[in-house]
Amino acid sequence: MTATASADLAAPRTRLALFLLFAPALIWLLGLIVLPHVDLAALSLRARVAPRTYEFSFANYRTFIDEPLYWHTFVRTAAMSIIATACTLLIAFPTAWYIVKIARGQAKSMLLVLCLIPFWVSETVRTLGWMILLRESGVVPHFLVALGITAQPVELLYHDATILVGLVYTSLLFMIVPLANALESLDDALIEAAYDLGGNAWSILRQIVIPHAAPGIAAGSIVVFMLTLGNYLTPTLLGGKNSLWFTEQIYAQFITRFNWEQGAAFGFLLLMLSTAIVWLGLAVSGQRFGDVMRRA
Amino acid sequence: MPDLDLEVDRVSKRYGAHLAVDDLSLAVGRGSFFSILGPSGCGKTTLLRLIAGFLEPDSGDVRIGGRSMRGVLPNRRPVNMVFQHLALFPMMSVGENVGYGLARRGAAQPLIRERVATMLKRVGLPGAEGKRIDQLSGGQKHRVAIARSLVLEPTLLLLDEPLGALDLKLREHMKIELKQLQADFGTTFVYITHDQSEALVLSDHVAVMSAGRFEQVGTPQELYYQPRTPFVAGFVGANNRLTGAAARADGHFVELESAQGLTVQARPSGPIAAGDVVEAFVRPEVVSLAHDAAELAPMQRFVGRVESLLFDGANSAVLLRELRTGTEFRVALPQTGEFADLREGEQVAFGFDPQRAVCFEVTRT
Repeated sequence: MTATASADLAAPRTRLALFLLFAPALIWLLGLIVLPHVDLAALSLRARVAPRTYEFSFANYRTFIDEPLYWHTFVRTAAMSIIATACTLLIAFPTAWYIVKIARGQAKSMLLVLCLIPFWVSETVRTLGWMILLRESGVVPHFLVALGITAQPVELLYHDATILVGLVYTSLLFMIVPLANALESLDDALIEAAYDLGGNAWSILRQIVIPHAAPGIAAGSIVVFMLTLGNYLTPTLLGGKNSLWFTEQIYAQFITRFNWEQGAAFGFLLLMLSTAIVWLGLAVSGQRFGDVMRRA
Repeated sequence: MPDLDLEVDRVSKRYGAHLAVDDLSLAVGRGSFFSILGPSGCGKTTLLRLIAGFLEPDSGDVRIGGRSMRGVLPNRRPVNMVFQHLALFPMMSVGENVGYGLARRGAAQPLIRERVATMLKRVGLPGAEGKRIDQLSGGQKHRVAIARSLVLEPTLLLLDEPLGALDLKLREHMKIELKQLQADFGTTFVYITHDQSEALVLSDHVAVMSAGRFEQVGTPQELYYQPRTPFVAGFVGANNRLTGAAARADGHFVELESAQGLTVQARPSGPIAAGDVVEAFVRPEVVSLAHDAAELAPMQRFVGRVESLLFDGANSAVLLRELRTGTEFRVALPQTGEFADLREGEQVAFGFDPQRAVCFEVTRT
């Protein structure tokens, strides 16, 4: 009797405590994500017909379709982000494998720390570091001349490849960590068993390792893809004027042109794009979002 | 020896300063069940991995079916392994697990399906192809793991303590099942374990391993009744161990006097002279109990006080402390129920036939 009574008394209090615990998260979610997006949605769906007079319109979205530069940038950003994600995966997979399955003891934690160390420096400084290395009068072109590979210093900045290098470098950690987690849980005996039963390196990778690591691969790819798609600094600094990154268009609309309506529409288009590509990626690889986020 | 499926010829494997397998030789006849029994760290897993090909020996050779395996990779050896935790592929169905090796060999799909179905039927899991691994019980997983290896018709099946993780009841059941499967398929099994009961129950021959070497190789009966080294006597089955000096010795019996002053007689194993430091082993079931010491004549007789009763059904025993010297003896309770009413603190006479106790000279190292 007393036990149930106290349980009844405790119930509302527990609920209040729970609510208070969740409150910061809820406020953050509502105030910084939901509300601005509702406002942006409303902004993107109106057009200025006269000073201080607005009406409901799809004009901002129509501009996007009618102006080739905009959707060209849009498609280019998506394609480059996918390529950057794929490159990151290709580099991160062997790295994570080495850290988890080959390195032992102290070397293991040292290697993870080494992956983390670049993040102690701000992204701007890191990107400027790349500029120092790659610009025409920079370190790498100088060495290329000194080694006799090129006759004159070459400009290594402002190429698509440069943007990719920068993006992959920035994203690597976010791929390595979920991959390392996924590979950590792979029992070495499974690999040995497959080998014992006649498998070779390639078939084991394809049939045992990748299916096991799939949630980690998916989680890393989603994170890296979203970070890349929404990146502003790296494409702008390393790609210069020719980088044609969609976030630059959004920035230009909001800040340079004061056309918030157009900027909001672009922002929404980018959100739809990332959602669509992530959904497509999960559908193609047969993964479920919940599983991926749980296992990663 | 009939045809040999496995010959290990003076194989050594060293890890840094540690000699895991020390100049070890072994031969296993076709169709037999061979166990390697030893405590953890004795090198038995290393030996198994040398046979499977995951490790290369520093010296010596492994021959399987008469063919040297030097430089042959694990995926090319006619050997398959059942892993300690089975290592079934959780990303595949039961059918895909069992068919994995056949598919790797490039067998056609219809043939794989047929062979997998036949194999699953033989291990008592007909129609389980579509099940996921996590839908299987512990015993079923074992059968799938064995089926996955046997479907490839290996010359040799290696088993790395596969029953270790099971609970006692299931382990007892799987022992019988494993023995029946081996008899049914006729494949040569090499089984490693630290559990002596598994080794004794299952095997045709057992090798007792310690510190990278075989202490003794023989049938379970030989190991139990005629241990050749103190290690085997102490490791296989329960035993009372008495240490002391040989007071008197001839070729047929040794009289051991322990530091506490207890004198026991035992059969010597190997040459023992008076004055040697010796160790005697007396099995609990060899010792007889009596209320009156006179009943035990002509055996050597002692009187002890009951220290504690260890009830374990048919394996029940009693711990006695010999009155004069305080030496502890573990004595099996007779199945007749004659001493079922024994109480702690009670005095009882006990004795044993010297010919059924064995005495070794302790080699100083």
